[in-house]
Amino acid sequence: MAKKYELNEVEVWDGNMAAAHALRQAQVDIVAAYPITPSTPIVQNYSKFLADGYVDGEFIMVESEHSAMSGCVAASAAGVRAATATSSQGFALMVEVLYQASGMRLPIVLTVVNRALAAPLNVNGDHSDMYLGRDAGWINLCSYNPQEAYDLTLMAFKIGEDLKVRLPVMVHQDGFICSHTAQNVRPLQDEEAIEFIGEYKPVNSMMDVANPVTHGVQTEEDWHFEHKARQHNDLMNSVSVIKDVFAEFKAKTGREYDLIYTYKMDDADVAIVALGTTVESARIAADAMRENGIKAGVVSFRVLRPFPFKEIADALGNVKAIAAMDRSAPGGTFGMLFNEIGAALLANGKKPVLLNYIYGLGGRDTTIEMLQDIYKDLDACAKAGEAVVPLQQFIGLRGPKLSYF
Amino acid sequence: MARDMKDVKVDEINELGWDEIIPGAALFSFTETVEDVAEVPMDERPYAPTNSHEWQVGDWRVEKPVYNRDLCIDCQFCWVFCPDMSILSRDKKMIGVIYEHCKGCGICVEVCPTNPKSLLMFPEHMENADALAQWPKKEKKDK
Repeated sequence: MAKKYELNEVEVWDGNMAAAHALRQAQVDIVAAYPITPSTPIVQNYSKFLADGYVDGEFIMVESEHSAMSGCVAASAAGVRAATATSSQGFALMVEVLYQASGMRLPIVLTVVNRALAAPLNVNGDHSDMYLGRDAGWINLCSYNPQEAYDLTLMAFKIGEDLKVRLPVMVHQDGFICSHTAQNVRPLQDEEAIEFIGEYKPVNSMMDVANPVTHGVQTEEDWHFEHKARQHNDLMNSVSVIKDVFAEFKAKTGREYDLIYTYKMDDADVAIVALGTTVESARIAADAMRENGIKAGVVSFRVLRPFPFKEIADALGNVKAIAAMDRSAPGGTFGMLFNEIGAALLANGKKPVLLNYIYGLGGRDTTIEMLQDIYKDLDACAKAGEAVVPLQQFIGLRGPKLSYF
Repeated sequence: MARDMKDVKVDEINELGWDEIIPGAALFSFTETVEDVAEVPMDERPYAPTNSHEWQVGDWRVEKPVYNRDLCIDCQFCWVFCPDMSILSRDKKMIGVIYEHCKGCGICVEVCPTNPKSLLMFPEHMENADALAQWPKKEKKDK
């Protein structure tokens, strides 16, 4: 029996420590892991908890991230709770197995500390890895600070393991700015946390030898389409379970989560939509703009997949100009947020000015002044009723101004 | 709601809609709970329609192994090595090849220790009686 870890009402944890404690409190049976910056401390802390007697499960040190996720798939198919952590190149190496995990309907939890993808090699934060895996059929939860990384990691188990869902869940946090920045975190006590998540419920367990079952089967044109449709349907419908878990968590802790996050949007004329730690910077910029009479707001995604199609359109429906801020190299098109928000607005009959800002690649700092400059762009567009700046701009970049359309 | 695949007939499987299949394509082997199933003879096991036993792959074959009872010493090597459980044996007595599942890999012929071999590959279209009629004689070992 694992020892109880004595926790203060308020702990000073960085995002990695917060995620590690959430994995420990979830009583994960198997953590198969390969370390990579900046997520290394999650599994490092976890293995120390295990060595010190605070964990009953097994820690398997594997030879690559592909093997780490494969180990989690095997453990989950065998019928136990499995989780791991990764970033960037490790995430990229995992991608093949991410699709296996979701297709096999295994509720694995992956804590992702977002980092740029090479080349050039870079250990700092951006959302390239998140964008790479967003269509892998996983539920994607986004945090902006260590408290949220902790809360969402706990909730990830309860959401993914729900018998109506049975899908894997990623919890994202920004590399270094969140993962290595210590802040106050209010954890649940161990017994409260496991009571909230509940015991793991095996489904079609391979270890049930009296009912032998094959996982990871081959299907061709006869069955594949039906299985992918079923998977999509259950991912789309997971919204109701996500909302229920958020509500239950609020009742327990007072901390409120929703499919999207909004800040001062009730009367906003202009809005920034961003992910990760940029959300907190944008709030400060919005407050500064409001002192100058510009009604600025901030919107973000708490749940990126399933995509809150209606909710995002509703939140932005009365805004005159929007900046979709994508922290990932767009690779020959507009950023993901621009495209997906644009589709949601258009389909819901809204036609605000929509701009795309590419920013912060490879950990490039994004200052409050830069965010205020975006609000000034938006204000000019709102007053003109049309885009008066290029639709896609790179910001915080040296050299001649880079923009398109 | 997923239908219990144990209740689905083989010829119904390809009619199932996306809402009827088991999420994750988990396929059960048997229609009922089993105990020590390895000890139960193959033709007495409660195979589920989703068991690969119910799906024939014999038509992948271009050459087939033919079995010669007269030469066989019942060593069971072929039964042990066959990757598709296509060698039928009862009470350690070799009976023959299950052509519904044999893919014609030839491993049984490779491992057969008799001289001449008790299993040999012949063209798929040849009658087994014709194959047995032209079975090779014992080879002399080089001194």
